[in-house]
Amino acid sequence: MDVNNVPQDNISTYGKAKKAIYAKDINGKLQTTCSTGWNVEETVTTQALQELDEQMQKALEEVKSGTKSPLYYYMYEKRMDLLLLSQVTGFFKWRIKRDFNPEVFAKMKTSRLLAYCDVFGIELDEIKRLPIERV
Amino acid sequence: MKEFKHSHHAHCESGVMSSMLSHHGFKISEPMVFGLSNALNFAYIPFVKIGGMPLVAYRSLPKSIIKNIKKNLKIDIKMETFSSQEKGENRLDQLLNEGEIVGVQGSIYWLDYFPDELRFHFNAHNFLVIGKEKDEYLISDPVLENVVKCSRKSLRKSRFAKGMMAPKGFLYYPVSIPQNIDLKVIIRKNIKKLSRTMLKTPVPIAGLRGIRYLARSILKLRSRDKKYAKLFLGNIVRMQEEIGTGGAGFRFMYASFLQEASELFEDNKILNEASQMMLEVGDEYREFALVIAKSIKSKKEIDFEKISNMLTQIANNEAKVYKKLLEFS
Repeated sequence: MDVNNVPQDNISTYGKAKKAIYAKDINGKLQTTCSTGWNVEETVTTQALQELDEQMQKALEEVKSGTKSPLYYYMYEKRMDLLLLSQVTGFFKWRIKRDFNPEVFAKMKTSRLLAYCDVFGIELDEIKRLPIERV
Repeated sequence: MKEFKHSHHAHCESGVMSSMLSHHGFKISEPMVFGLSNALNFAYIPFVKIGGMPLVAYRSLPKSIIKNIKKNLKIDIKMETFSSQEKGENRLDQLLNEGEIVGVQGSIYWLDYFPDELRFHFNAHNFLVIGKEKDEYLISDPVLENVVKCSRKSLRKSRFAKGMMAPKGFLYYPVSIPQNIDLKVIIRKNIKKLSRTMLKTPVPIAGLRGIRYLARSILKLRSRDKKYAKLFLGNIVRMQEEIGTGGAGFRFMYASFLQEASELFEDNKILNEASQMMLEVGDEYREFALVIAKSIKSKKEIDFEKISNMLTQIANNEAKVYKKLLEFS
């Protein structure tokens, strides 16, 4: 790729950041150039973010309707899935699934709740309910 | 204490090594670090899922750059992990007090200086901690233009994130760098090694065989639902372009390494040619990414055959680069 072909598409998913890309300058030397992003990247990053957002919205509805515990919502809000949550907590997937049940969740030991809080980076009183702005 | 100069690099781990070694008086470019640590590769591991998608990587395992630079250049790099967060944090503070700049591994999700859009759970991000001001750390993140600040809490969360490739507070810094490192010998050895591994990987999920395997898997998407197929294809491009690879899944960076190497060998023709060839392969990867992005946006049927064929062609052309490189070594 030549330096003047390095995309400068000002994509939304970089924030204000710029990225270094290797490209050939006019003397044929390969070196880094700043890029404000490539539309292609924006497409695939947005796609991944939308998928996460869809899962989160779906989870939100299920928690609101009382079929799932807030834990289920926070898992998606924190950009995780069942596999990842199991990896970061060290809990079995089947036990986490049980914790998605509102009745089981209501009786959960504080120590277990705190383990979830830790990987989500939230406080104990937060995990017990949906965020206020979501209700 | 020497003034630290921040440099903007394409990739985290090779960028950290370049900045860190240069700071200690051993000037070395990012592509040279990348080349000398044999970091180029390819892996497609369908049974390891990240965010529901199979693992696709355009480089060797995380930490391998640090380890290979240590081994190949015989640089004494001290590496530490910690059993508790307090110990890890105290050690970092102690090193900073001694005036050291410290390489650190962490999860990108917890680093609040990144735009939200890029904060996914990826545990193997690398950056340099260069100082502390009250409760904030000064960070030289190679993939960013300038030095940034990071809160103590955020850095701690990042360094002690759990799960796959958990950093466990991993930090590293050079203790001593030998005088008169003969780059030529190391370059020759590693080019040979890379060409051989890429051409003759014993497992079907890595090297050129991995690329061909992925190409075949793309064909199989024909029987999957459209949404999954699009996410699968999007994931490939994310691994190739979104994370810091310097473009075209590190192929541009490797081309740059080959060019620098050719200069060291008095404008070696083979290396120069191989660099050009790799650059062209890189352009093909970019084209491949472009076609995928268009298919994701389009409502029409996806031409899996075309996408798969493109990747197979890339594997064929990349093979030619390694064969060329074997003529050199």
